[in-house]
Amino acid sequence: MAEKRLDEATNTETVGHEWDGIEELNTPLPRWWLWTFYATIVFAIGYCVAYPAWPMISGATEGVLGWSSRGQLQNELDAQQAARARTVAALADMPIEQLPDHPELMRAAIAGGSAAFKVNCVQCHGAGAAGSKGYPNLNDDDWLWGGDLKTIETTLIHGVRQPGDDQTRQSMMPNFGADGLLTPEQVGQIADYVLTLSGKARASASSQQGAQIFADNCAVCHGAAGKGSRQFGAPNLSDAIWLDGGRREDIVAQVTRPHHGVMPAWGNRLDPVTIKMLAAYVHSLGGGEDFAETPAPPDTQPTEAE
Amino acid sequence: MNKPDPIKTQDRPVSLYAKREPVFNRRIDGKFRRLKWAIMVICLAIYWGTPWLRWDRGPYAPDQAVLVDLAHRRFYMFGIEIWPHEFYFVAGLLIMAGIGLFLVTSAVGRAWCGYACPQTVWTDLFQHVDRFFDGDRNARFRLYKAPWGPAKIARRLAKWTVYLAISFATGGAWIFYFADAPTLQQAFWTGTADPVAYATVAVLTATTFVLGGFMREQVCVYMCPWPRIQTAMLDEKSLIVTYKDWRGEPRGSVKKAGKNPGKFGDCIDCNQCVAVCPTGIDIREGPQIGCITCALCIDACDRVMGETGRPRGLIDYATLEDAEREKAGQPPTRHLKLIWRPRTILYFAVWAGIGLSLLFLLGTRVHTDLTVAKDRNPPYILLSDGSVRNAYTLRLRNMQGRPRKMEISIEGLPGAKIWSDDVGMDGAGTKLTRTVPADETQSLRAYLVVPAGTPSQEFTFHLQALGEAREQDRAEAQFDAPGEQ
Repeated sequence: MAEKRLDEATNTETVGHEWDGIEELNTPLPRWWLWTFYATIVFAIGYCVAYPAWPMISGATEGVLGWSSRGQLQNELDAQQAARARTVAALADMPIEQLPDHPELMRAAIAGGSAAFKVNCVQCHGAGAAGSKGYPNLNDDDWLWGGDLKTIETTLIHGVRQPGDDQTRQSMMPNFGADGLLTPEQVGQIADYVLTLSGKARASASSQQGAQIFADNCAVCHGAAGKGSRQFGAPNLSDAIWLDGGRREDIVAQVTRPHHGVMPAWGNRLDPVTIKMLAAYVHSLGGGEDFAETPAPPDTQPTEAE
Repeated sequence: MNKPDPIKTQDRPVSLYAKREPVFNRRIDGKFRRLKWAIMVICLAIYWGTPWLRWDRGPYAPDQAVLVDLAHRRFYMFGIEIWPHEFYFVAGLLIMAGIGLFLVTSAVGRAWCGYACPQTVWTDLFQHVDRFFDGDRNARFRLYKAPWGPAKIARRLAKWTVYLAISFATGGAWIFYFADAPTLQQAFWTGTADPVAYATVAVLTATTFVLGGFMREQVCVYMCPWPRIQTAMLDEKSLIVTYKDWRGEPRGSVKKAGKNPGKFGDCIDCNQCVAVCPTGIDIREGPQIGCITCALCIDACDRVMGETGRPRGLIDYATLEDAEREKAGQPPTRHLKLIWRPRTILYFAVWAGIGLSLLFLLGTRVHTDLTVAKDRNPPYILLSDGSVRNAYTLRLRNMQGRPRKMEISIEGLPGAKIWSDDVGMDGAGTKLTRTVPADETQSLRAYLVVPAGTPSQEFTFHLQALGEAREQDRAEAQFDAPGEQ
């Protein structure tokens, strides 16, 4: 080892290592850098004491501050809940018929319903509530069981075709074809007739046959003109909307062995406020109806400020 | 490797760190000093006074003349109100300020540094505080050298208290640009202002205290990028403070010069130019980055030249080119010619061009705006009668300080009817009228319905402020309908 000496060009001390005439210079870390490094060590020790740090066999050291990410989340959720408490309480006390009179509360309900919808309803009705074949579109103006706030709420609470719920939306279309109530030919004639109701097909000999069979078998629920009945959840057959498809073969299939949609009775799963919010949200999607019995529905008042 | 190392004899490596030499600049009076006073008063008056100017904007907008309302995202400047999406006006002003610096530099050198830069103004102010408490140059130097004792501590504490008061006033005034000044002042003193206000004041008080009270010229020499940029911008035609060495050298006192006439130059080596310099440089060493061209040395030298009966201007504003001409005995270039050259003209043209464009934009801008976002899930809704509905979220922007009635209509979508939640489908019509609150953007969910069989197509929403022909806006949108696409 050569003795310590200063490098000629830079006036820096050498560490004494030399390879083929190339020397290593002693260029220590800047002092502030070194102290910053020590400071990080001190910080790390403090951190390990204060926060969860060391993995143990089950779990980890807890840290004297008692902090945990799960606890932090819980705190934030609690704070959120506390912040919403007043609105939730007001919604709980408010009969849904009076909700349209309170625009602030209505807005809060719609916002809450939108969130609840994404958790509970999108699986069948879709993220945009547009439904799909067999699952009703909630945006349109066609309602199987009714589209005012109260009716939507009732449908939500009791569900559709839920056994064990007295008030559930219940109806059953016979398996006209499968159970041999009608022959396949008759079923076809009915389909031809039904297509004329909405103007999808012209009247023909077959449809005229079907008209009579319809009057005998179908009109009791769907009405003489095929306008449907909300009492039985019988779809309107004269409009443009087809829950289970609007082609002839779809109608034949439905008359032969009807598809019956079901929906859970949400009253058993969700609290009343959430259901109210869901009803408000579904009602707000563009097809919501006014209360039939209310003489002056509040939500048709023009809000124009003049 | 084994020959003796000449540098080894040094016991410490050469340090790159230069300790600050404190500056005790002497008081001086003169033409440029008075100009500096005037500019300082104007700058400080603008800074402290502006937030307190009132400007009546009616009942819907704040009445503070200059207000950066971050909370409500508005920028008010007298009769002008800027919305966030019009921030290019502010960007344009900043670009103008930048190019303005270039323009000033190419026309009159480092005038910004010497007179108007906040660092210069506040340093000047603090140096006057020094002079008030500790006396002029020599007294301050003596006090600096004196050991710490009760008297010195008392003086220093008193001075630093005044520093702190000025710093607090400086930092404190800043926040008034961002909220209603009288209200905020009251809230500030009663302790109810936003914590951000206190934090801002604390930070700015600290920076003013440190930068103005202690770092001073080091900011210009080490921290500020502008002097570095300026060194690249200055050329032989730039106005700088010049010591005319051909006239001054060799230096000699009046006595020496009197004994040997003709042997000495005009500089009597009185060092007054160094004594008055706020950055502590010797201008006789030539142009340097520490020179902010405040021209106090010109004042000092002119006075000495006057007292000794020599012509003024031994130190003077001059371009390097002029200095050469004067040295050769030619007359100096006229001032107008100094300024009237391609570089300054170009800078001025760009600067004025941006300014005029901004003014034009300001004069022609429309205070009404419409944006449209289509619901895409679902893209369309088939209604029971076969008609098709699309939903849109419209945002109507009213940029004026009064509620305005606006009408939304549809162009290029035959048979379309529009309605919104508050009107209801029964009230659907070809137009929708809304009153948009003053100075607000109103969000509106609108439904459009077209008769069965209408294909998907593009169309236009048209927004018209009623009674104002020019105040309108259009937004393209897509209408989706079932069918092959």
